[in-house]
Amino acid sequence: MSRLAATFEALAKTGRKALIPFITAGDPHPNFTVAMMHAMVEAGVDVIELGVPFSDPVADGPVIQRASERALAHKMSLKRTMDIASEFRQTNQQTPVVLMGYLNPIEAMSYEGFANAAQRADIDGVLTVDLPPEEAKECCDLLKARGIDTIFLLAPNSSDERIKKMDEVGSGYLYYVSLKGVTGAGHLNSVDVENKLQQIKQHTRLPVAIGFGVKDAETAKTIGNIGDGVVVGSALISKIEAHLDQPELAKNEIVALLTAMRLALDSLSAL
Amino acid sequence: MTEKYNMPDERGHFGPYGGIFVAETLIPAVQELNAAYQRYMHDPEFIAEMDADLQHYVGRPSPLYHAERWSNELGGAQIYLKREDLNHTGSHKINNTVGQALLAKRMGKTRIIAETGAGQHGVATATVAARLGLECVVYMGSVDVARQSLNVYRMKLLGATVIAVESGSKTLKDALNEALRDWVTNVDNTFYIIGTVAGPHPYPAMVRDFQAIIGREARQQCLEQTGRLPDALVACVGGGSNAIGLFHPFINDASVKMYGVEAAGDGVETGRHSAPLSAGRPGVLHGNRTYLMSDDDGEIIETHSISAGLDYPGVGPEHAWLKDTGRAQYPNITDNEALEGFHALTLMEGIIPALESSHAMAYTMKLAPTMRKDQIIIINLSGRGDKDMQTMAKREGIEL
Repeated sequence: MSRLAATFEALAKTGRKALIPFITAGDPHPNFTVAMMHAMVEAGVDVIELGVPFSDPVADGPVIQRASERALAHKMSLKRTMDIASEFRQTNQQTPVVLMGYLNPIEAMSYEGFANAAQRADIDGVLTVDLPPEEAKECCDLLKARGIDTIFLLAPNSSDERIKKMDEVGSGYLYYVSLKGVTGAGHLNSVDVENKLQQIKQHTRLPVAIGFGVKDAETAKTIGNIGDGVVVGSALISKIEAHLDQPELAKNEIVALLTAMRLALDSLSAL
Repeated sequence: MTEKYNMPDERGHFGPYGGIFVAETLIPAVQELNAAYQRYMHDPEFIAEMDADLQHYVGRPSPLYHAERWSNELGGAQIYLKREDLNHTGSHKINNTVGQALLAKRMGKTRIIAETGAGQHGVATATVAARLGLECVVYMGSVDVARQSLNVYRMKLLGATVIAVESGSKTLKDALNEALRDWVTNVDNTFYIIGTVAGPHPYPAMVRDFQAIIGREARQQCLEQTGRLPDALVACVGGGSNAIGLFHPFINDASVKMYGVEAAGDGVETGRHSAPLSAGRPGVLHGNRTYLMSDDDGEIIETHSISAGLDYPGVGPEHAWLKDTGRAQYPNITDNEALEGFHALTLMEGIIPALESSHAMAYTMKLAPTMRKDQIIIINLSGRGDKDMQTMAKREGIEL
């Protein structure tokens, strides 16, 4: 069983929800990321989504765009992102790491080269924003053969047919983008999210993590009550951005926010 | 090519290029668009409405003009100019925006967005949006806003909102990024009019089909005026919409050579250029797989060209395919050479070309002398140069 599957299974047994932070590798500096990952695990996260910086992140709002730009200014790359994951893995064998990014860096490395490198770095899952299932088979098969999960997105306008397709090709978990827009945008409508989750759950047994628009413990709790996990990204990166010269302070604030989210989520299973 | 050309396949592939590479929220939007495009491109009523607009609003057919004096000066092939510069709004871009705006209307969309580089596509989009009474938002890199301020003013006069994009290299690619972000956010009521033969399927095929009127007319006009087909076609290539528009109706005519001219900026060897087919590599950007200017890590490299309309790190996937199959060739022309082409056409024929089109002029100055006097070149004069007066004057140290 993959590390992701095992993680979600263990959570389900105790009725707990997955807390999944997203940070961009190398932001604000490559030396910062591994320590940040360990600190987030200490704060109680279950899976880490590690953003691979890309020059043209079309699905991201300004906060994550700027994180990408800061990381790229330090010559961050897909290869160096995997180096970071690998370093993290030396002292943490439990927490799944999912790479989240865009296709072109993978194309530049070649699918097979990427799959091999991801295996060496002990990556657990790959989420490629601009790689829909119709174009994903070759890459997906190479990853699957190496025991790496492929995570796909679902959106508010995804049809039943589309959800079934993601259930077929996806593994690990599905990532539900809770609103139409880019990362960090807008406000959640929990009734809409709840209705959509009911529709999604009719067609898949994969765990569903929900992201986009999760800002604080309260929204995390609302969303956690609906799905199997909560993804938080821009709210964390805003902390990094607020303290660019003091990464330790940013780390403390991120840990505080994640701890509050963890408590809020665990209060659901205690009910 | 012995078999009849029939690209792309139903999922939008030109060999390994093209396809649909977008985030999940846009999948329903491109599917809806593709269904409408497949339906209306075969709908006689839609075609009739579009043809009427192209005739009475755009001013088609555009002339095919024999540039006799320039041909004699160069001493080789006879040069004919396909006068897309004479279209309403001054470039070929309006052929496509008329078509896509009519499609938007049929689909019940009330809001139009577009990206623009030189501003020609933005103006052509703002124009049709004004005529149809649709809200219009145009994204433009802030570098381009500065160097094409006349077109920015035109768009505003036409009632469009122009948003200066400050991210990345602040040029055409960043405008496209921002337009995609808008589309994903407002997907229910918004139609994205992409200006070139790039983007996810069906855009490369659809924009080509709307622009192919250039080549259909040119083919017929050439036969009428000279009794034969041309020997060569020349057009500039940024994204490649004017080039594919001219080339496509000739693809099955094996005797007709095709030259798509990329922008070499300071020279391809300097790295400061916009010539992905000459010096790029295959990759994925803006919804399709094609040749891109990208580094070893797959990050997109900043591009350079004197012409804002060619300042783009990708190229339409069909051009990538035509390059690989050898059906078309893709030479490149530097900024300085393009300026020579600009002056040559202006002085020899009394026609001031856009800086984009000037790349095609400059390449023709190399090509024509290598050909016989009874041979024929058709150049796509894709736009007029009025918008470039400020850039030219600045470059030549003249205060206006």
